[in-house]
Amino acid sequence: MEDQEIIREFLVESTENLARVDREMVELERQPQNTDLLASVFRTIHTIKGTCGFLGFTRLEAIAHATENILSELRSGKRELTVELTSVILDAVDAIKRILASIETGGEEGPVFEQNVLACLRGVLGPGEEKDDEPARASEPRRSTLAADPAAGEESRQPKSSLVSDAGLRVDVGLLDRLMDMVGELVLTRNQVLQYNAQREDATLNTVSQRLNLITTELQEGVMKTRMQPIGVVWNKLPRIVRDLATMLRKEIDLRMEGAETELDRTIIEAIKDPLVHIVRNSCDHGIEAREVRVEQGKPARGCLSLRAFHEGGQVNIEISDDGAGMDPQRLRSKAQERGLLTAEQAQRLSDRDAVNLVFLAGFSTAQTVTNISGRGVGMDVVRTSIERIGGTVDLASTPGQGTTVRVKIPLTLAIIPGLVVWAGGERFLVPQASLQELIRLEGDAARTRIEYIQHTAVCRLRDRLIPLADLNQVLGLTSRRSAEEVSILVLQAGDAPFGLIVDTISDTQEIVVKPLGQHLKGLNCYAGATIMGDGKIALILDVAGIAARAEIFAAAEEEGAADRGAQVAVSGTLTSSLLLFRAGEFRRIAMPLGAVSRLESIPRSRVERASGREVVQYRNRLLPLVPLAGMLGSRAECQEEEQLHVVVYRAGSTDLGLVVDEITDIIQENVLSPYGSDRPGLVGSAIVGGKSTDFLDLDAVAGWANLAGEGSLANLRRMLSAGEQPAAEKGVMGEVAS
Amino acid sequence: MSASQHTSHQYATFVVAGQFLGVDVTEVQEVLRGQSMTRVPLAPPVVEGLINLRGQIVPALDMRCVLGLPPRPRDPGGNESAAAVSPGAVSPGAVSQGAVSVVVRSAHGAVSLQVDEIEDVIELDAGSFEAPPPNIDGALRTLFAGVHKLEGRLLLVLDTGRTVERGISQERN
Repeated sequence: MEDQEIIREFLVESTENLARVDREMVELERQPQNTDLLASVFRTIHTIKGTCGFLGFTRLEAIAHATENILSELRSGKRELTVELTSVILDAVDAIKRILASIETGGEEGPVFEQNVLACLRGVLGPGEEKDDEPARASEPRRSTLAADPAAGEESRQPKSSLVSDAGLRVDVGLLDRLMDMVGELVLTRNQVLQYNAQREDATLNTVSQRLNLITTELQEGVMKTRMQPIGVVWNKLPRIVRDLATMLRKEIDLRMEGAETELDRTIIEAIKDPLVHIVRNSCDHGIEAREVRVEQGKPARGCLSLRAFHEGGQVNIEISDDGAGMDPQRLRSKAQERGLLTAEQAQRLSDRDAVNLVFLAGFSTAQTVTNISGRGVGMDVVRTSIERIGGTVDLASTPGQGTTVRVKIPLTLAIIPGLVVWAGGERFLVPQASLQELIRLEGDAARTRIEYIQHTAVCRLRDRLIPLADLNQVLGLTSRRSAEEVSILVLQAGDAPFGLIVDTISDTQEIVVKPLGQHLKGLNCYAGATIMGDGKIALILDVAGIAARAEIFAAAEEEGAADRGAQVAVSGTLTSSLLLFRAGEFRRIAMPLGAVSRLESIPRSRVERASGREVVQYRNRLLPLVPLAGMLGSRAECQEEEQLHVVVYRAGSTDLGLVVDEITDIIQENVLSPYGSDRPGLVGSAIVGGKSTDFLDLDAVAGWANLAGEGSLANLRRMLSAGEQPAAEKGVMGEVAS
Repeated sequence: MSASQHTSHQYATFVVAGQFLGVDVTEVQEVLRGQSMTRVPLAPPVVEGLINLRGQIVPALDMRCVLGLPPRPRDPGGNESAAAVSPGAVSPGAVSQGAVSVVVRSAHGAVSLQVDEIEDVIELDAGSFEAPPPNIDGALRTLFAGVHKLEGRLLLVLDTGRTVERGISQERN
């Protein structure tokens, strides 16, 4: 079955290329110096030779091979292109065409052996070139007469119009796009006719419009179908790739494929072809272990690579899983550090899941050695980029020792996407279904109680999670017309984090044709485009990531302030700002990025010791310097009498620091509004968070404060210790403040 | 516009906040009245909205805003007041004042210029043409190709390319 498919493709491709060769040869005759033309002819013949070699068409190969040799000599300048030579080459091309036609009709090269042509070619090449062709010649005799119908021989002598090329036409995708547009317009016109018909009592009009309705629907489906192809078109190439790789790497790999019939828009098929091959190569190369390793680990000797495609929620999911070695999150973390993509703290804070997804970062390759298959450090980031370009997502899950699964989610088509129609501020908007997770509708009491406020910022409990809410009206500066009695929330996925978008009302889902907004509105990232609705009016399509970014204004500001979060943003693609809030002395509301926090600890006051004039505690076999935050900020701590110290442990450079605060008040995910800078030592600035003014801690200043002497003095200390001297007592401002 | 200085030329003319303006008639694709418009929240003020031109989505530029003229009466708050209009309805200023869409072809595709009132297509001789007077505001000056001195009034000839460009460059700022 698959072989048939490969042969069919080979035929279509070769027939097309040969048609071009005819033209190119003729052109070449006129301008023999044109190396580009020659190269193109050479490539075509070379490809045919190569392909028919492993398809087992020996006679075809013999002719192609001889032709290639002549072309090769032309290329190297050993030979000049004469008219005679051109004829010989063109004859050879014709012979190849005849054989192809015969393969097409009978599945065999056919009884006609192009002896004359081959003789001509060999005559040109001279006796020396003949040797490598001998086996081909030997294998040629009449074997094929058995299989082929004698009539097929007659036909192939006078090739009729080819069946393959008759069965399919190559149509410019641009033309299909235009057809699709026109069908879209027809649909709109149909809708208007139907609307008009509904207002009349005209039997004829009624019949005609019903018919128009039917035909339009069928036409729309038909045109959409012209653009659809089963994903098997891409997959068919994989068995061979996997086989070759396995042989080369001396591994044994089974390839299983499921759902090859899953259909996708042509442009999307094109776009995922290379990423898919890349992922498969990676799995074979890095994923599946060598036979001996597998046996040693008690796994079956043959590795298994499985591909699965299926439709889900208007998207196509493709899963590529292997049962190989999997990935070690720790190794990825350290790799990312080595490459300077992450700092030590950032790497440590990454969850295992995020860590394995580091492979999608640019410039990241974990291959110990660069093989010619993969491991050049360009790859998974390109995979990710090309998948995201078509509106898809890619995600990787791996269990060390058990294997890796790459999940690719892509839209069915780019031209028409399902969207949900929602209203806000009296305007109609569309939300792409792909980013929609669920809908929540709260009525009556629930509308008032289920939305809770943390410092004036709305959140909603969704099962056991708190999700931040944004109001579309506020985001877009519209006036809401929502009644207090009911609230509709769309749970949307922006990057990794879900958020709720409050809209006035939710209507229905529709298939929409995405149209670009044009130059004048290019700067607006909250819209993905616009579409024309059934009533002929335009509706804007929301860009979920853009809306999320706009709703969480601080995300961008914080990115500048605390480069810290850059890595997390890069990995997860989200821009939510989680903050830890605490109190210290007269500073009632201080915030620091939650991402910077290692742990929150409660430490008995009795454990506090003094070293170098500052307060420290022994923490995990190390000395943890304590920074009394209130003191540092020039205020007095309130909880001097308490038994327990509230300590925020965070990593500053190479050492951990403990911030002593009065109370840890909250962890929030909030919008941060109107930030402004501060010249107060220890603070970077202030902003409105959750409706309250909040100070932002300057982590660098804290680190500087705590680590007064810095690395230089540490080196001194080491030197002295090795010399057996006692370190001189440090004069520490820290110590003074602490006491 | 150099050709226009030697021969007679046809202009599609219209009025924006009392200003008599014209564009080269060959650049005008069509003139429409009472087009329903979709507002684009957060869009720059120059972009009044989007118009469906037989399936093509065309941005509509508020010419008063482009020319730095006072907004159309009955639309005092600009886009903010339009938010209160019923779904899909045209922004109140645009329709109640009978705004006309002059759709011009540009390097960025069709763009609609929203003007107060459309007037005749007039043919004018190059003899009455003059470069825009130097005392027009510098930024605005570039929008005009020149001035035709007519009896009793002046016709400011718009450079459509620059006018459309201005809609884009303003929003970048």
